[in-house]
Amino acid sequence: MARLTKEERKVSIMTKALELFSKEGFYQTTMPSIAEKIGMSVGNLYNYFTSKEMLAKDLILYIANILGEEIRKINESPLNTKEKIDAIVHMYFRIAQERPETIEYFLRVYLSNREVFQNCCEGMICVSAFVTELMIFFEEGVRSGDLRDQDFFSAFGLFMGYLGGMVFINGEKILPKPLESYESSISENIYYALKTR
Amino acid sequence: MNPPSLKISIMPSKPAKLKVIWLQGITCNGNTHSFLNDLSLGSLLESVEFIHHPLLPCSKTLQELVKKLPKSDILIFEGAYKADFERAGMAMKELLMTLASRSKHIIAMGSCASFGGIFKEADSDHISGILFDKEKESGPLREIREKVITLSGCPAHPKWLSFVIDMICQGKTILVDEFRRPKELYGYLVHNGCLRNEYFEWKVDCDTFGTKEGCLFYDQGCQGPFTHGSCNKILWNDVSSKTRSGTPCVGCTEPSFPKRELFTTKTYMSIPAEMPLGIPKRSYLALAGAAKSFHIKRLEGKLIDDNA
Repeated sequence: MARLTKEERKVSIMTKALELFSKEGFYQTTMPSIAEKIGMSVGNLYNYFTSKEMLAKDLILYIANILGEEIRKINESPLNTKEKIDAIVHMYFRIAQERPETIEYFLRVYLSNREVFQNCCEGMICVSAFVTELMIFFEEGVRSGDLRDQDFFSAFGLFMGYLGGMVFINGEKILPKPLESYESSISENIYYALKTR
Repeated sequence: MNPPSLKISIMPSKPAKLKVIWLQGITCNGNTHSFLNDLSLGSLLESVEFIHHPLLPCSKTLQELVKKLPKSDILIFEGAYKADFERAGMAMKELLMTLASRSKHIIAMGSCASFGGIFKEADSDHISGILFDKEKESGPLREIREKVITLSGCPAHPKWLSFVIDMICQGKTILVDEFRRPKELYGYLVHNGCLRNEYFEWKVDCDTFGTKEGCLFYDQGCQGPFTHGSCNKILWNDVSSKTRSGTPCVGCTEPSFPKRELFTTKTYMSIPAEMPLGIPKRSYLALAGAAKSFHIKRLEGKLIDDNA
């Protein structure tokens, strides 16, 4: 079996750490507990990440890149604006189901512990890959005449706040039906809220 | 004693002055007045003489020019072109075509002569520049395009004209872009040399005119990042430029001039509709988003604070 490169090893550590962070929270998760889950020494773990904060930062970059890449594919597809909204909602809920730790981390670690990220992830730097793609989605939607021109953050908050909120209450086991069964009504709500009048 | 002929040959000969005609089409005289601000006008007049100029001393009035239609080394055309627009009783089509055919070099002086400019707005179907009609090379001088040098600008900077005349005087080749504008003058963007570049880099915007601080791109419609011109290299009156004095570049050197709503930046969902020239949207947004994440105190205050 081929030996993992340092970069591949880092991704493998991040995947395990993601599970712990999203389940236990940032402060409950320690470098020794991560090392134990991976099966490596704490000292060796520090060879890959110089601190828990740096690991946390790399994780949010990693997640933003995954989401950004997914939205980029949708942006570059021939779908119309309504279909792109459907695709983004579907993609977000699919990741929330298949890799719940990614969205959980975003909501419960990144957004809930801003003090951890303030010195290395100012503003939107660490989520730039994801936010940039949403900017492009909105800009093209307005340019094509499908979406109403408005402040970016008003639209961004409506779209992502809605999706994040649904995933959050799904995680709290509050939703009576499976998450995916809300997809089409949520997509429609977003489209009607943003479309040109 | 040397024979007279030899004596003459060793005397440094004074080169003949280039003969220049300054002809006006439909114009506000802006380029004529701009040219008078050239500090080197005095020395320039030592190497050229005007057969006709609307303001400067010259050998022929407009009526005499039209009567004679003389040859020239340089024909400078100011203003927009309209075939049936008359000057001294002669239709512009005949007047321009005849003088142009009898001139070695032709300069389209200002945006109206270059692309139609402001005056084109009055009668878009019939008014154009002498070589270009907006971006399209369909003006009356298209058959002799190689003779034409475009000096777009509203007005064109007087030193841009002096530069071209000087190059012609010295017999040097003038490299031009696709609109036949000299690359030496229009290879730059107005953004180059703008004192507000640091504000542009860090996305610190300015929402009023006349301040020293802040970038004018996002809120004021500044077109410096996609307008070719050396306004921030060859300064106006040798001291300033639009952006340096706190007003946005209005893109007057481009064929698209004049655009509508010059002092607002068109945005779609807060994203500028036009990206800085040649910059992919995705790259610009990623960089702009990152830059906006930082708050740099030095760039947020006044450069000179009277109350400090």
